[in-house]
Amino acid sequence: MTLPLFFFYVFATITVASAFMVISARNPVHAVLFLILAFVNAAGLFMLAGAEFLALLLIVVYVGAVAVLFLFVVMMLDVDFAEMKSGLLAYAPVGMVVGAILFLELLLVAGSFVVAPDVVGAGGLPIDATMDNTRALGQVLYTRYIFLFQGAAAVLLVAMIGAIVLTLRHRPGIKRQSTAAQLGRKPSETVRNVKVQSGQGL
Amino acid sequence: MGLEIGLGHYLTVAAILFTLGVFGIFINRKNIIVILMSVELILLAVNLNFVAFSAHLNDLQGQVFALMILTVAAAEAAIGLAILVIFYRNRGSIAVEDVNMMKG
Amino acid sequence: MIIQAIVFLPLIGALVAGLLGRSIGHRPSEFITTGLLLIAAVLSWYVFIPVAFGDGLVGAAGDGHAAVVKVEVMRWIQVGDMDLRWILRVDTLTAVMLVVVNTVSALVHLYSIGYMNEDPHRSRFFAYLSLFTFAMLMLVTADNFLQMFFGWEGVGLASYLLIGFWYTKPSATAAAMKAFIVNRVGDFGFALGIFGAFLVLGHIDFDGAFHAADEFATTGLPVIQFLNWQLDAMTVVCLLLFMGAMGKSAQFLLHTWLPDAMEGPTPVSALIHAATMVTAGVFMVARLSPLFETSPFALTVVIVIGAITAFFAATVGLVQNDIKRVIAYSTCSQLGYMFVALGVGAYSAGVFHLFTHAFFKALLFLGAGAVIHAMHHEQDMRNMGGLRKKIPITYAMMMIGTLALTGVGIPGTNFGFAGFFSKDAIIESAYAYGGNVGSLAFWLLVIAALFTSFYSWRLVHLTFHGSPRDAQHAGEGPHPDPAHAALESHDEPISDHGHDDHGHHGSAYDNAHEAPNVMLVPLYVLALGAVLAGVVFYGMFFHDVEHIEHFFAGSLYIDHEIIEGAHHVPLWVKWSASIAMIIGFVAAWYMYIRRPDMPGRLAATNPGLYKFLLNKWYFDELYNTIFVRPALWIGNAVWKGFDDWLVDGKITEGLGRRVQNVTSWVVKLQSGYLYHYAFAMLIGIAALLTWAITAGGLI
Repeated sequence: MTLPLFFFYVFATITVASAFMVISARNPVHAVLFLILAFVNAAGLFMLAGAEFLALLLIVVYVGAVAVLFLFVVMMLDVDFAEMKSGLLAYAPVGMVVGAILFLELLLVAGSFVVAPDVVGAGGLPIDATMDNTRALGQVLYTRYIFLFQGAAAVLLVAMIGAIVLTLRHRPGIKRQSTAAQLGRKPSETVRNVKVQSGQGL
Repeated sequence: MGLEIGLGHYLTVAAILFTLGVFGIFINRKNIIVILMSVELILLAVNLNFVAFSAHLNDLQGQVFALMILTVAAAEAAIGLAILVIFYRNRGSIAVEDVNMMKG
Repeated sequence: MIIQAIVFLPLIGALVAGLLGRSIGHRPSEFITTGLLLIAAVLSWYVFIPVAFGDGLVGAAGDGHAAVVKVEVMRWIQVGDMDLRWILRVDTLTAVMLVVVNTVSALVHLYSIGYMNEDPHRSRFFAYLSLFTFAMLMLVTADNFLQMFFGWEGVGLASYLLIGFWYTKPSATAAAMKAFIVNRVGDFGFALGIFGAFLVLGHIDFDGAFHAADEFATTGLPVIQFLNWQLDAMTVVCLLLFMGAMGKSAQFLLHTWLPDAMEGPTPVSALIHAATMVTAGVFMVARLSPLFETSPFALTVVIVIGAITAFFAATVGLVQNDIKRVIAYSTCSQLGYMFVALGVGAYSAGVFHLFTHAFFKALLFLGAGAVIHAMHHEQDMRNMGGLRKKIPITYAMMMIGTLALTGVGIPGTNFGFAGFFSKDAIIESAYAYGGNVGSLAFWLLVIAALFTSFYSWRLVHLTFHGSPRDAQHAGEGPHPDPAHAALESHDEPISDHGHDDHGHHGSAYDNAHEAPNVMLVPLYVLALGAVLAGVVFYGMFFHDVEHIEHFFAGSLYIDHEIIEGAHHVPLWVKWSASIAMIIGFVAAWYMYIRRPDMPGRLAATNPGLYKFLLNKWYFDELYNTIFVRPALWIGNAVWKGFDDWLVDGKITEGLGRRVQNVTSWVVKLQSGYLYHYAFAMLIGIAALLTWAITAGGLI
């Protein structure tokens, strides 16, 4: 057994096992942590396939952002997860059937696929062995796929703004600073001269 | 199974991941957070397939596609969680069992 | 430009009064429509006078003279070979009709200002009147069948609207519907005739059609195969066209709508149901005379129908009590005369009678309107009498109209009222036609002339002479028609009472008053026409063939033999109409002045005949039994059995319920739970994948 194959089996086993734990963990915090584990090992699989940039991106984006976001939400919301576990397996048979069908069919594909000869190299982006993966991706992303890239950026921007808009709320009774209002103040609006009769007060 | 890491290896792992994701949706139907995580698993499986094919066919396009899927998955997670947060804020729970206003 | 003005000024008036009537008010609407019509009438005479007394039509460009002037308004329809243009065609025949239509219409507009004085919807009334005039002008200026059909239907619509003008009166709306529906029967034939003409002749414009018909003289007449019959195509076409004329001109069998149409305001009766629209059939047959000349059989039918109508309507007119209905039957009868003239080939005589009849019949109707106006909407002649002293001017005008209608004049000379010339021309032509048909027509027309004289004078006597017989004066004198009282229950309800009650006290007779000048002036003008139209225009229409040919300049077919023959009939024929007229007059005088109890006794001794006539030969009852009830029955059956049960119950609602059933089941799939939708998606993915793999041949 070669070293890469050994590592492949290690990563694959851990990925699958932690994925299983994600869906079966009783505590969602554990589920998130297993998700992180699955992502990290999947990154290892990416690395073995030669997609170094994607592997690191997976760790940075998924582990560093998305999974942490999940963790954050799970911990922030005071959810009675125990209650959610009730009646958990009511749909398990259906899930089993659907999952088994999908799995068997996918295995069938994985075991018996044939690559059509005219597909190889048809994409026109052969991987240059002399160039490192990140550079190669960057060269096509900013040229050939610039619109796709911009589109992805727009998707992210919209998602960001959308998330902010959804979750932002103005609580009444909270003082906020409005610089424009402060600068726009005039004496006439704020200062009032009152003649006070002596001995009477206001 | 040969001594080299073949495409079949990756596809098998991806198939298992995908099936686990689907199964996770079925058994965690009440817990929307885990459902979202299952969706992430499914997307990860797809990404794994893209990367594997990219390596196998010696073509960078697969990785570009995987990049786009990562983007969409991140956006989806962000929006999904945002919805979850306001849902919780409005109802005090995230029990999807109680939500069937769209019932026909 | 003049021709466009003549045709379109009434349309402008109709649009202004109809669309803006509410905002500009009644009085301006009246003035605008009437003013435009007066202009159009003057222009019509301007076009007509050169035709009658000069060299012919003034060409469209204003220079030179032509037999026919065509003004293209627009290209109308282009389908395949057919290139139809909307052309205003003015030849002598059209010029005559233009004069008739616009003159009478203008006078009726003027008259209506007075007559409709108290109506709250006057601007609508005037809009309809002008609309009618426009449609009639479209009809007479038609250059092809389709244009004529447009005008034909347009006048039908206007007639419907005007008969039903007082739409709150159920009898008026019923009469309007009756007129419309009976006309549909005729129009059905007319439309088929147009299709047939296009099929047989290949042309839909008149000139092309006439030319094609001329060629049949050399090529032989075409034949239509229908089932196993071999039919002469031109006969079929002409009979179908004549069916349209029968409907529009209220000829025997399709006449039932005309008396009921008297539900409309009296000016409408004068304009539409006496002078213009009902003569559209006559005009149409005259216009299409080259076609009709190709089918002797169709012409025979025209003669027979015309003669029967003339006779039948005159008999019914003898006993009617509603002043307007008497005149309506008279109109019907006179239209029969015109058709006889057309049928025997004396087209010019028919058009001549149309021309003169328009004047004196409009005069009679407007005079009757003045009487009704004077009597505060009393129309029953039995409640009139002695009005001569109260409304002398109206009396004089009615006398002129009656003299013209009965055809007073001295045979062999040029002295006589309008009807004298035209009616005698027709009777002489019928005699000259000869044969069984000609004799039949001749005798029927002579008898009808007798009856015409009788009922006209009866009308005058009952209305103007004798002593008043309204509610307060009843019993002062002997009732002239006691039989009527006995048979009151069989009488048609007399309508048009009190659509606006004047609130006068005292009897209608005592309050009878002369109409205002705005109503009298049209009477004067029409009376002038009734006196002079015969004398002045006799030469052009009937005197001698060359003159006629010069006058009509090919706009209708002229049969030399008939016209020559008509001038050389025996003396007794020339005198027959006048003698019949005198007998009628004497009989009427004897029965209604000298021995006012006679009619009652006659009716009492012949109750069957009397009721038969009073009920108009039971045509309404007959049609009711043959057509209306079965149609209602079928309609009911189809409504309940087919529409309600099958279409609504089974198909429409049944399908709707099935859809509801299915959807109420499908809707349960929408549980509202998020995860159900997710499951559906995943199961769908599994199914799709299975399909893809199966299709790929893996399994």
